[in-house]
Order: sequence, then structure tokens, then C-alpha cells
Amino acid sequence: MHNAGVSSQTIEAPLRTEESEQWESPVEDRPWVVIVWNDPVNLMTYVTFVFQKLFGYAKPKAEKLMWQVHAEGKAAVSTGTRERAEADVARLHAHGLWATMQQD
Amino acid sequence: MLFRRPFKPLDGGGYRVKLGAPERAAVRDLCVELRALVVANDAAAARLFPPAFRDDEEASAAFDELVRDDLEAQRVAAFDTVEATLEADVLDEEQAAAWCGALNDARLVLGERLGVTEELYENGIPREDPRARELAFYAWLTWLQGELVEALSSRL
Repeated sequence: MHNAGVSSQTIEAPLRTEESEQWESPVEDRPWVVIVWNDPVNLMTYVTFVFQKLFGYAKPKAEKLMWQVHAEGKAAVSTGTRERAEADVARLHAHGLWATMQQD
Repeated sequence: MLFRRPFKPLDGGGYRVKLGAPERAAVRDLCVELRALVVANDAAAARLFPPAFRDDEEASAAFDELVRDDLEAQRVAAFDTVEATLEADVLDEEQAAAWCGALNDARLVLGERLGVTEELYENGIPREDPRARELAFYAWLTWLQGELVEALSSRL
């Protein structure tokens, strides 16, 4: 279930039961991850602001992700269905952030 | 006061804008330029529509096909909002967000053209650098957007 129009407070990895770990998840079931990449133009305060605004993250979490982008070159900012990842990438692009999506 | 704040959050909501006529004219000019680049699908605006997949041109093209019209329309709407409020003394939340977006888009396009790096300002810009004038304008945009982000962030 995804709700692309509304920013949600937290993003949780899908629960894995012991039983399901015995099987390779079908490709379409593996979660999609949205990555934000470092770039020399977007302001650090702006990136933090966008993470707060789009994902509803509290400031400490948004700042931590921003510093990760800055220091490590990238950070995973959301996880979920393909539809959700597409919606998040589009919203990040609308705000000028350099975002991509990939399947874990 | 030597250093005025261009955007001040107001108690009742909204933001007071303190910009002179030449500064407002510069903002109008960048909106006009950006709109033309975006509508014409100009390569100079490519940074505003980055690939959604890192090593998959086909998937990125399909994604672009899916979202491009909407992203373009959002940007043009923001430029329209900024132009309609150029002379405003007070911006509401939505108008201020449009200003922030337009300023960021301008910095992205200009930064790409000028080859801006994170280290650019560490050693200063030599006067003889052919990019000096545009880099000064870029630095002004950076200051202006930074002030607006600070004002907007105070409301989150």
C-alpha cells in the first residue's frame, strides 16, 4: 500500500519471517530504494529542508541524511514499492535534487 | 542596518520581502529565462530533469516520458507565481515555496553552465576569470536562496 501524495513519518523495511527467508524473494517483491546523490549546487540547508518537507522527517534525521549525502556522496532516503519510489524520485526532481531509484 | 534580511517570517503567517527594484528585476529575468529553457526542452535545463536510474538509459527515458510533462508544468507554474508576486511585500507559504524553487532552479542551471564545484569559493574568484560576473550573480542567488530556506525552515 502506498500513499504517494502524502508524506509519511517513517519508512520501515518489510518484515521478514524465518519462513520467507528460506526462499529467494521474487524480483518484483524486493523493495526499491531511492538514493540522493551529492552535487555541488544544492545548499545543505535546502537539502535538509526538502527531506523534512517531502518525507516528514524530523530535523535531526533530515540533517543526518544530508550529511551522509555530503560526506559519502549519497544516501538512501526512502524505501518501498516501485510506485512509491517513482513518486519520491519525481518529487525530489521537482525540488532539484539529484535522485535515482534502484531495487535492493 | 548593513545586512538586511530579504525574507522575514511574519507572526500571522507569510514572509515579508525586502528587495530593491533591481533585485526584483533580476528575479524576473531569471524566471523568463528559465521558463524559455524549460518549455523549449533546452539542453541547458537538463540538470532540472536528471535520469531516474543510474545505469539504465532505457528505464530513465521511460521514467522521463512518464513524469516530464508534470515536472515541466510544476516548474512553469512556479515561475508564473514568482512573476505574479514580484512586487509583493508579503508572500504566503505557497508563493515563498515557488520563489525558493525558482531560485534553486536558477542556481542549478547556472551552476552547471559555470562548472561550479564545492571548492569553488575556497580560494576566491580571480578577477580575470571570464566567469567572474556570472559567478558573482550565482553567489548572490546562493545568498538569497539561503535566506529564504532559513525563513521557510523556521516554519517546519
